[in-house]
Amino acid sequence: MLTLTVPFETALHRIPAGVKLAALAAATLILVPQSGLPVLIAAAVMTAAIYLSQGPRFAFYGLKMLRPLWPFLLILTGWHAWTGDIPRGAGIGLKMLTAVALANLVTMTTRLDDMIALVERLAAPLAKLGLPPRILAVAIALVIRFTPVLMDKTGQLVQAWRARSHRRANWRLVLPATLMALDDADHVAEALRARGGL
Amino acid sequence: MERNVTHIALFAALIAVLGLVPQITLLSGVPITAQSLGVMLCGTVLGSKRGALAVVLFLFLVALGLPLLSGGRGGLGVFAGPSVGFLIGFPVAAFVAGFVVERTTLSVGFAASCGAVLGGIAVLYAFGIPGMALVLGKTMPEAANLAAAYLPGDVIKTVLAGVITQSLAQVRPSALLSRS
Repeated sequence: MLTLTVPFETALHRIPAGVKLAALAAATLILVPQSGLPVLIAAAVMTAAIYLSQGPRFAFYGLKMLRPLWPFLLILTGWHAWTGDIPRGAGIGLKMLTAVALANLVTMTTRLDDMIALVERLAAPLAKLGLPPRILAVAIALVIRFTPVLMDKTGQLVQAWRARSHRRANWRLVLPATLMALDDADHVAEALRARGGL
Repeated sequence: MERNVTHIALFAALIAVLGLVPQITLLSGVPITAQSLGVMLCGTVLGSKRGALAVVLFLFLVALGLPLLSGGRGGLGVFAGPSVGFLIGFPVAAFVAGFVVERTTLSVGFAASCGAVLGGIAVLYAFGIPGMALVLGKTMPEAANLAAAYLPGDVIKTVLAGVITQSLAQVRPSALLSRS
């Protein structure tokens, strides 16, 4: 399955995942209470500089990752144009963009394997509470493996629908999709048990 | 044990699929995804605890960087965006929806719809509105007005959650772990 990591190596990839996450937490904690426009502009410029320092291709990927925020920026623009408090709206919008961009930076430069390795290390103490890291690892692997499988099967249902109806597939497909998930869960449970269990 | 883990994992995958398969439209012409319907179904089908764990697992993988949210969104960034409250509220919503189905003696479909309203609307918005208020710098009533845009779609989903859970109970009674 596709991940959101950029498909090429940057200098940021070589920083350990734990360090990046700690830096992100610190940066977010500093950023959130800020409300002065000059500070927020400075933060946004610094974030943009980090992106640009990794090359234009990386910066373009970063911009694409921010695309889902545009409806909210539209709302903010309309809202603050109406109340006449444009600087405040600009500050809020910049803070949102900066916080999301900083978090995306970690996601874009940390491979899934590294993230999962970090999670397994951090989850080790949970074994005492009855969650062995192995079960967490199996659960993560199952979701990663079965999302595309379920996606394919649901896609086949959609095609079967299309072959028979001129209307678009609707919510009626959710029941068979749920049944497939339940059946797969039973089969995989049997297969796991047959191989010695968790 | 194995069954619990596989059910939780497969339903986490189901939430992702319902958000990503673009062809399933809930209402013709209106772009609402079935993702939060998936969250409600986790609760009403798997029950409170397993349902909530399935949603937690799903969010966990989103945070690790998989593009599983509707529209292919994902990564740590979504937890810094305006929808953060709704995401945090998802597992609680599934828990409450499952709890209602487990602990009431109402007919399955009606209990599932009630649970979906209580969990997927009341509880979810109680988390989502403060999140929007915080990120977009608005007061609570202002954020509530903005969040009201999602309300019609979510009302439809609560009805569908009831209908689908009811049909599931009819075609495969043993699969409804919340009532077994």
